[in-house]
Amino acid sequence: MDVEAKPQNGSERPWLDQKAKPFIRIDKVTKKFGDFTAVDNVSLDIFKGELFALLGGSGCGKTTLLRMLAGFEMPTAGRLYLDGQDMTDIPPYERPVNMMFQSYALFPHMTVEKNVGYGLKHEQMTDAQRKDRVRQLLDLVQLTPLAGRKPHQLSGGQRQRVALARALAKQPKVLLLDEPLGALDKKLREQTQFELINIQDKLGVTFIVVTHDQEEAMTLATRIAVMDQGLIRQTGTPTEIYEFPRTRFVADFIGSINIFDGEVKSSAKSKVTVASPTLGTDVTVDHPGTLASGAKVAIAVRPEKISIERKKPGAKAADNAIAGKVMDLGYFGKDSLYRVKLPSGAMVRVNAVNSRRAGENERVAVWEDDVWLTFAPSSVIVLTE
Amino acid sequence: MRRRPYFLIFVLILGYAFFYVPIASMIFYSFNKSRLATVWGGFSTEWYGKLLTNQQVLDAAWLSLRIAFLSATIATILGTMAGMALARFSRFRGRVLFSGLVSAPLVMPEVITGISLVLFFIGLEFLIGWPNGRGFTTITLAHITFSLSYVTVVVQSRLASMDRSVEEAAMDLGSKPLRVLFDVTLPIISPAIIAGWLLAFTLSLDDVVITAFTNGPGTTTLPLYIFSKVRLGVTPDMNALATIIVLLVGTGVALAGFLMYRAEKKRERDVQMAIAANK
Repeated sequence: MDVEAKPQNGSERPWLDQKAKPFIRIDKVTKKFGDFTAVDNVSLDIFKGELFALLGGSGCGKTTLLRMLAGFEMPTAGRLYLDGQDMTDIPPYERPVNMMFQSYALFPHMTVEKNVGYGLKHEQMTDAQRKDRVRQLLDLVQLTPLAGRKPHQLSGGQRQRVALARALAKQPKVLLLDEPLGALDKKLREQTQFELINIQDKLGVTFIVVTHDQEEAMTLATRIAVMDQGLIRQTGTPTEIYEFPRTRFVADFIGSINIFDGEVKSSAKSKVTVASPTLGTDVTVDHPGTLASGAKVAIAVRPEKISIERKKPGAKAADNAIAGKVMDLGYFGKDSLYRVKLPSGAMVRVNAVNSRRAGENERVAVWEDDVWLTFAPSSVIVLTE
Repeated sequence: MRRRPYFLIFVLILGYAFFYVPIASMIFYSFNKSRLATVWGGFSTEWYGKLLTNQQVLDAAWLSLRIAFLSATIATILGTMAGMALARFSRFRGRVLFSGLVSAPLVMPEVITGISLVLFFIGLEFLIGWPNGRGFTTITLAHITFSLSYVTVVVQSRLASMDRSVEEAAMDLGSKPLRVLFDVTLPIISPAIIAGWLLAFTLSLDDVVITAFTNGPGTTTLPLYIFSKVRLGVTPDMNALATIIVLLVGTGVALAGFLMYRAEKKRERDVQMAIAANK
C-alpha cells in the first residue's frame, strides 16, 4: 500500500538531538474542569515516527491530554503545535490526527467495510480509489474475509483491528490510541502489541498511546511519560524510567521496588555513602555528582537486583550486605519472591531467578531461614526528590 | 414430590381473567344476533357488515388516523430535538427544571390539560384570530402537546445510554457536527424514535378527554364517536367496532414482537458465530 516513507533522519533517538524539531509540541497546557485540574501546565515534545506512551493511573490526566490532542477538549491555557502549526483552535474534524477509542467506538449500523471507509467520504478521491484504499487497509489488519459483517458480529480482537484500520484510513500524521489493548484478554494482548509495533514501523506514523498498563508501555513505546495528578513526573525511554527513576513516585509506580529513607554520610568520586536506620547499616551507592552530607534522601533497590544466600558473603567490599530472616516465600516456577525481615522490622522484597534445578529441600532459602542479602552499589538508586 | 403451587396458579388465573374476560365478552357479544347487547340471540356477523357501510364510523376513523399520523410525526420531530437538548447540553442552567417541565404533562390530569388548552386556544383566537374555531387544527395541536413528552423521554433515555465516543469518532474522521447527526446519531437512536412515534400515534388514536375539550362541530374522532354512542347504551355494532380495533392492535403488537424476536435471535446467532470463528 502507499505507505508514508519511514523517516530517515539518521538519529534513532531524536529527543537527544538539541537541534531536532519536535513534531508535536505541547506547550504549557493546562485543562481545568471546574475546580479540578486534570492537566497541570504540561509541556512535552514528541518527535516524528515515535511511539510515545502516556502512562499513569486512572484520573492522572493522560486521557484528557490525548483528547486535547484530538480536539475534543479545549485547553484552559497553553498551546498545541503539530508540525510547527498551531492547532489549538482547530476543530477535531479538521485536524490531521486520528484516534482509536478505548471502546473502539465502531459505528454499529455500518459494516466493517463502511466503518473503515467512513473517513474517506470527505477525501478528494474517486470511488475506485476509495474502494482500493479500504481493501488495502482490510488486508493490513487481516480482516478482508469479514468486510461485510457488522461490529456486533465480531470478536473483541477483530473489533480492535477494525478500529485501527478505520483510524489509519485517512493517513493521519499522528495516531492517538486510548488504551488500545485494554479490552483484550492477556494472550490476544501480547499478540496485538507486536502487531501494533509492526504496523507503526511499516507506516512510520507517529503513535501516541495512553495506557495504565506499565508492561504495555514498556513493550510498545520508544519513550514513556509517567503522569500523576495532571503532572508529568518523568519522561524517558523504558530503560531510563525503570532503571533510573528520578522521583519516588516513578520508582514506586513502575515495577516493584524497595525504598528506604536515609541520610547522606559522605560523598566522593561518584560514590555516595548513605546511612539508613531501617537497613541498620551504611549503603554505598554509585551516584554521578556529589551530595551534601546530612541531606535527607531515599535509596531504592529493585527486588531482582538483590541476591539472597544463606552463607555470610565474603569480604567483597564493593557490595552491600544486610542480614535478615525469610518471612514469606512465593514460588512461581521460573523465579521466587522472598519477603525478608530486617532486624529493624522493615521488609525487603527479593526476586530470585531459579536458575538451578532444585527440589523442595534444596532451595536457596525457606521460611525462618537466616539469610544475607547483597546488592551492588550500581544497583541502588538515590532519590533526592 | 413437589407440591403444586395451587394458590399461585389460582392468583395467576384470577389476574389474567381480570384483564381479559371483559375483552373476551365484548368480542363474544359482537357476534350476537340480538339488538340488545347483553342478551344472546344466536351467532351473526351482520354488525360487522353494518359497520362497514356506516359512513359516520368511517369518517370518524379516517379523521382519527389523520390526526394521529400528523400529531405523532410532529411530536416525534420536536420530541427528538428536545430529548437531544436535554441529554446533550448536560450543564446548562436550569436543566433540572426543564427536565421536570417536560415530564410534567405525563402525570398531569388530562382534564386539566384539556381545560388549559381550550382557554389557550380561545385566548389565541381572540388575540390573533387563529386558530379559527376548534376542530382538526386544535385537536392536532393538543395531541402534539401531550405526546411530545413521551417522545422526549424515550429519546432522551436512549441518548443517555448511547456511547458518545461513537459520535466523537465520526467527528474525528472528518465529519462536521450536523453530518455526524445524520450519519451516526439518528441511525443509532432510530429504534427509540420509531418507538416514540408509535407511542404518540397510539396515544392520539385513543384519546378521549383532551379531544373532547378541543374538538369542534364536525370533527368527531373515533373514540369520541364510540363514547357518544355508548352513552345511550352498548350496542352490538360498537362491540364489533371495538373488536376490530382490538384485532388490529393485537396483530400490530404481535408482529412487532415477532420482528424483534427474530432480530434478537439472529443477533445471538451472529455473536455465537463470531465467538466460534475466533477460537
